[in-house]
Amino acid sequence: MINANLKNSYAADERVLNNTYKQMFVYGMMIVLALFTFFANDYMILIASQMGILLIAVVGINILTGYTGLVSLGHGAFVAIGAYSVTIFANLAEGIIPAGVMPFFAMPFAVALAALIGVLVGLPSLRVKGLYLAVATLAANFIVIFLIEEDLFQPWTGGMVGLTTHAPNFFGWVLDTKREMFGMIAVIGFLALLAAQNLIRTRIGRAFIAIRDRDYSAEILGISLLRYKLTSFALSAAYCGLAGALLAYFFARILPEQFELTLSLNLVAALIIGGMGRSMGPVFGVIIVVLVPELIKVLFSSAVGGSASAAQFRAPLQEIAFGLLLVLFLLKEPLGINQIVDRILRAANRWPFARG
Amino acid sequence: MLNIENLHLSFGGIKALQGINFEAREGEITGVIGPNGAGKTSLFNVISGFYAPGQGRVSFGGRDITTMSPDKRAALGVARTFQNIALFRGMTVLDNIKLGGHTRLQTNVWQALRYFGAAQREELELRREIEERVIDFLEIDHIRKFPITMLPYGLQKRVELGRALAMRPKVLLLDEPVAGMNREETADMARFILDVQEQFGTTILLVEHDMHMVMDICSHIVVLNFGQQIASGTPAEVSKDPAVIEAYLGAAA
Repeated sequence: MINANLKNSYAADERVLNNTYKQMFVYGMMIVLALFTFFANDYMILIASQMGILLIAVVGINILTGYTGLVSLGHGAFVAIGAYSVTIFANLAEGIIPAGVMPFFAMPFAVALAALIGVLVGLPSLRVKGLYLAVATLAANFIVIFLIEEDLFQPWTGGMVGLTTHAPNFFGWVLDTKREMFGMIAVIGFLALLAAQNLIRTRIGRAFIAIRDRDYSAEILGISLLRYKLTSFALSAAYCGLAGALLAYFFARILPEQFELTLSLNLVAALIIGGMGRSMGPVFGVIIVVLVPELIKVLFSSAVGGSASAAQFRAPLQEIAFGLLLVLFLLKEPLGINQIVDRILRAANRWPFARG
Repeated sequence: MLNIENLHLSFGGIKALQGINFEAREGEITGVIGPNGAGKTSLFNVISGFYAPGQGRVSFGGRDITTMSPDKRAALGVARTFQNIALFRGMTVLDNIKLGGHTRLQTNVWQALRYFGAAQREELELRREIEERVIDFLEIDHIRKFPITMLPYGLQKRVELGRALAMRPKVLLLDEPVAGMNREETADMARFILDVQEQFGTTILLVEHDMHMVMDICSHIVVLNFGQQIASGTPAEVSKDPAVIEAYLGAAA
């Protein structure tokens, strides 16, 4: 049903939720999320927290790959930088900064550091595009992991054995349960998504899309490719750094192997499945990326029981299913789940006059 | 307004432009014509900053812009459209046109992430200006929310003109604005170009193969052939010039 799509001010037309269906969808989701925080069981909280952390990183990838059109296969590095720098900062500043306000310093530090290194990693994007850039950024991932495992930095990074992390402490309120932590992740994740959406509806976001669609035309309109490509890298790295910081807070321990190439690839895969350059793409993407392996785990163990010999087939099966899913999306719906949802919302909007 | 002095451009052994000299006078429409491969688009690429000329200079309002980057020239008020439409295909008509206002806006990343406040004020001001000054002017209000890919060719050309107009240009370079259009579409576009000149006083430089339109709307014409400037003058003068007739029709038998 077409309802309340009549606007009488430009402000109403420029809103993020510019029709009733979007409003209903998002407000409904917020209520569900609030109920979920209080009533879900621990296992579901764990899964949802992983989704939330990944979501923030994928929102960053969306800015870079989805909107600016620069492919990066190295953004796991920034998640690592975020996670390690928030922990190392807290270790080093212990006693100097009171524990109750530590996250207010450690998290911005981690995000800023990730953004700074993001600019550095983004430098090749000024010269190379597409696949070549993907390979250039791949190096970032390996270099960061190498440095973390390096003996020289072991006193701070813990090397191969990793680091024990801190539970975040807000003015004495220590978030020491996963449920409290999920609350924090959900709030930050929502704000991160909203901020990205705001970015895209202003001049900066439009400049990103312009660079993606036709870079020479963007230059003609006065958009400096140097400045905006690096801004895009910095922003996406900052988002990944934030995700890393939350990941460090969420898990009791961080290890270098959590941030290897698989993570970088997962971030890109989630975006492709959800929908590149679409506002809700990261949301749908991470739900699938986290849920599918879990579903396979549950189905598999109920099918074969708990036998150890069968269990060794589970991991490869998860990877195969994941790969198939990705290929399926690239073939059948390259614009991702977001496109499918858009189609449904559009049909709802026209019902009962048309079905398309 | 826009002065081209002794401009030379070559790619290896190919001399694309050899000693071009002319002025696009303020508030007038200047046409650049010539057979295919004469160097018209190369000339535009030098003026908008994609090619660096081997010799000569381009000055705009008395200021030398020969070595300036394209985005800086845009900020000074040089706008252009392309022969093969260069719109952003992933965006709506409205967003494409809004991009024309990019250099005028001030919003930084922090303000953009928060949106409410300075960024919102600026965005709404831009929206109002574009609606009133561009979309209404070019009569494209019915398609403002359409993605570019859904539009027919003629309308895409008009949207591209709109995007250039949103830059509030002082000089507008139009590269074949009516190529591939039928008579009605051509007449419409010619009318819009004349309206732009009249309403905004924009200096216009036009490359076009449609001789009827060029002769009708230009006050001054420059003719290129094989990178050389073979004639320049009013439409009447140029159309009688023996060198021009030879370039277009071949030598008299």
